[in-house]
Amino acid sequence: MSAIAPSSTGIGARVPRLELKRLVSGHGRYIDDIKLPRMLHACFVRSPHPHAKIVSIDIEVAKQAPGVAAVLTAADINPKCEPFIGVALHRPGHRSAPQSLLAADRAVWQGQPVAVVVAESRAEAEDAAELVAIEWEPLPVVGDQMQAIAPGTPAIHPELPDNVAFDFSLERGQPAQAFAEADFVIEEELRFERQMAMTLEARGLIADFDPSEGSLTVIHAHQSPFQMQDVFSRHLHIPEHKVRVVAPDIGGAFGMKLNIHVDEIATVVASMVLGRPVKFCVDRLESFVSDAQARDHRIKCRIALKKTGEITAMEMDDISAVGAYGMPLRFNVAEGMMAITITGAPYSFENYKARTRSVYVNKNLIGMYRGVGMPLACIATELLTDLAADKLGIDTVEFKRRTYRPKSSLPCVTPGGQRLETVSFHECLEKLVALIDYDALREEQRDLRQRGVFRGLGIATFCEQTAYGPPYYGPSGAPISTQDGCTLRLEPSGSIRCITSLTDQGQGTLTGIAQIIASSVGVSIDQVSVVGGDSSISPYGGGAWASRGMAIGGEAALRAGTMLKQNILSLAGTITQNSAAALDITDGQVVNTQTGQTVISLADVGRIGYFRQDTLPPDHDVQLSVSASFVANDKLYYMANGVQASYVEVDCETGFIKVLGQWAVDDCGRVINPLLVDEQVRGGIVQGIGAVLYEECIYSEDANLLNGTMADYLVPMADEMPDIIVAHIETPEASTRLGAKGIGEAGLIGAMGSVWVAVNDALKPFGAKVLHQPFTPERVLDSLARARTSSRTPETAQQSAGR
Amino acid sequence: MTERHRIGDEDVAIEATLNGKPLKRHVKARQHLADFLRQELELTGTHLGCEHGICGACTILIDGHTARGCLTLAAQISGKSVDTIEGLSESGKLAELQKEFIARNAAQCGFCSSGMLLTAYELISSGETVSRAEIREVLSGNLCRCTGYHAIVDAVEAVSAKSAKASKGGRS
Repeated sequence: MSAIAPSSTGIGARVPRLELKRLVSGHGRYIDDIKLPRMLHACFVRSPHPHAKIVSIDIEVAKQAPGVAAVLTAADINPKCEPFIGVALHRPGHRSAPQSLLAADRAVWQGQPVAVVVAESRAEAEDAAELVAIEWEPLPVVGDQMQAIAPGTPAIHPELPDNVAFDFSLERGQPAQAFAEADFVIEEELRFERQMAMTLEARGLIADFDPSEGSLTVIHAHQSPFQMQDVFSRHLHIPEHKVRVVAPDIGGAFGMKLNIHVDEIATVVASMVLGRPVKFCVDRLESFVSDAQARDHRIKCRIALKKTGEITAMEMDDISAVGAYGMPLRFNVAEGMMAITITGAPYSFENYKARTRSVYVNKNLIGMYRGVGMPLACIATELLTDLAADKLGIDTVEFKRRTYRPKSSLPCVTPGGQRLETVSFHECLEKLVALIDYDALREEQRDLRQRGVFRGLGIATFCEQTAYGPPYYGPSGAPISTQDGCTLRLEPSGSIRCITSLTDQGQGTLTGIAQIIASSVGVSIDQVSVVGGDSSISPYGGGAWASRGMAIGGEAALRAGTMLKQNILSLAGTITQNSAAALDITDGQVVNTQTGQTVISLADVGRIGYFRQDTLPPDHDVQLSVSASFVANDKLYYMANGVQASYVEVDCETGFIKVLGQWAVDDCGRVINPLLVDEQVRGGIVQGIGAVLYEECIYSEDANLLNGTMADYLVPMADEMPDIIVAHIETPEASTRLGAKGIGEAGLIGAMGSVWVAVNDALKPFGAKVLHQPFTPERVLDSLARARTSSRTPETAQQSAGR
Repeated sequence: MTERHRIGDEDVAIEATLNGKPLKRHVKARQHLADFLRQELELTGTHLGCEHGICGACTILIDGHTARGCLTLAAQISGKSVDTIEGLSESGKLAELQKEFIARNAAQCGFCSSGMLLTAYELISSGETVSRAEIREVLSGNLCRCTGYHAIVDAVEAVSAKSAKASKGGRS
């Protein structure tokens, strides 16, 4: 960091985003805003059945409809694309049936694409799609994970007779003995229903295949253009250098727009068949049945303790329903594996047993979504430890103080296998306790209980694996690059142009990159422009996902900036007959480090470097464009961490829950832009609150989606959400120069944990627990009713509840 | 083709005011206003998030009041005045709101911002001071998946406080 000049717009500055004026003025260029000449529009015909045989498809009437260019079915589309097999090679036993783009003779989830209509307008394509006549023969449906593994349940895919995708167990230490010898054991069963990312802009792309060149350009609302360049090349047999994927402005992604969606690939095939650009923008109704979904877990978890307060063992048994196929490249094992490996990570204990199973059901695929399995680990850990503290008669904060892994134990590997190096549990906790005035809140909670008002305070500690690295994706067999790169060019006028392999879906990654360049070169951010998200022009890279933008792409930018600065100083030294070592760059001027006086401006360096090379010595090699890439070969992830608190009120008459306050203390290493980091945390928190309280893809037992509108799938509204206070501890990542870790998922992970604990804290006077997410009023009231029924002395319970 | 495909396909003549300028057009009877603005007039600042009236991304102003572009037929704007983000940017209260949104990073992906800003614009246009609770309530018809709302509420509150102060100053 010593090479980085302090600057009001560089690393650490609260700089507003460079593109924000454009976005708030209605000048964003999102996928559906873009028109190409001769462009057609696609609409998919989807299966209305969760599981059914396709007896026949009649497309003749649809083909004659106004504006229709083509109606394509599996027979036209599938032979042109290598099927996807969503199996992670580094997970032995992981299995999936091959997935083709369109259902051929059988559909295995409601919403699976069966045919695509391509027409002059989307409206005409939709009209014609209604005219595709499909005769269906419904088949028995596998509706949930418990049914999937029950004996006698039919197999969804004949080659997978038990419907099991993956079954993995781990054991460390002597968990059986520890549970047997424990002074007490707390055990709970948690349920997490299916949810979705619900980006405000749905998915979309424009595929533009040029038959004259055999080249493909895809404007794709996707987080990783490089991943898709590889997919289009590999699966559609187009030479890779003839595939270009460009990300436009994207209206929210949250991991969902990282997945492989077969309708998007089929759109590209349609463009190849027709030799014309084809746009496909998912409408809201089909997003419910076609966007990769998330969660859908049932978890049995338990913890063993000694009377002294020591945790002696933990156990997790997770089973998740992952849909009808394995998610290509990103894998349906990720949520379960993260859930079981991160559980307990902040706490000292040695004995651990865990199992995760992923099983196939007749539902849409589970894919990447913000947090992946990390919130499940946080919830299980924090719920169990909060209940344990109660059992011990210790305040939950005091329990955390005593039981967190001490700094002196770092670096260490947890029983779940997490490597902890620069985490800061205790510092985050103490800062949080001060921030929320913990004792005062507890007192208020006690007082209000006496008056029949039931509030709960929940504190959740979390670990966030950020910036997944090559040790994960490399052995998985997925051609996914975890490096990122940056090209910088000094312009003749002295300004800096940057092309990064990163993308930006609103996080502000491109502004962060500009700040890093401003600091590392020594210019103001006004002198820097950044372009990202084009697979044909930047160094190869990953993009924005897994909270990696600043940690990886930022480090690449820092290295490129440092290189460019050296080259500029070398040229400036030659021009001004100074030693480069005696020069520095400040505010766009090359200065003498001793006197601070300007020696030459960057504009003059650029002018001479590009236009007056004749004045330079013959052997002076001028390189004013540089590229750098970065990846940590040996790092599975950079572990970020934090602690959050929720203060909630539960209306025990109606079951409604109101979040009154939310606080977060986060440690994402070096903060590049506090303004943007705080907003990432706040946005994540609100998605986390939404997940716990509202969001659910409600399916009938036989896998029919019952709530396919935004009126029925509830997401947080402004009026329901609290103000959110965010603070930081900064423990830089030790292995990089920049020291940044990720921040994208922290808000969601911690908030889900703290809201779970807070709501259950509020219900403690009733002896009730709500353990089924989302915590709808119905589920809250049911849990209160169950507690009333099971309570041996209901009067006492009511009295202690202050009623 | 079958009869059903001609339903709603008939042209309707409209005369309206759009972003302060006269507009004379023929529109398809079935085309909603947001599609008309986006597809026919290329005013793509009005976004479509759900097309069933929930998300608020397509919010525009009709005769000064917020309306859903996706629930309004283009044919319905005859005789009315329509304002979109493109027309209102760069001046007045909307520019103040945009400035505060940018300063606070009250927009991330920006997809909800046009609608959010127009709803906020209507709220503060009265010049009355509005409380955080009122702001949150009024903005509840505009969903945002990125920001967590806090910064948006801050931005609207700041402009409201400033303009209330200014109008008070004007009166005294």
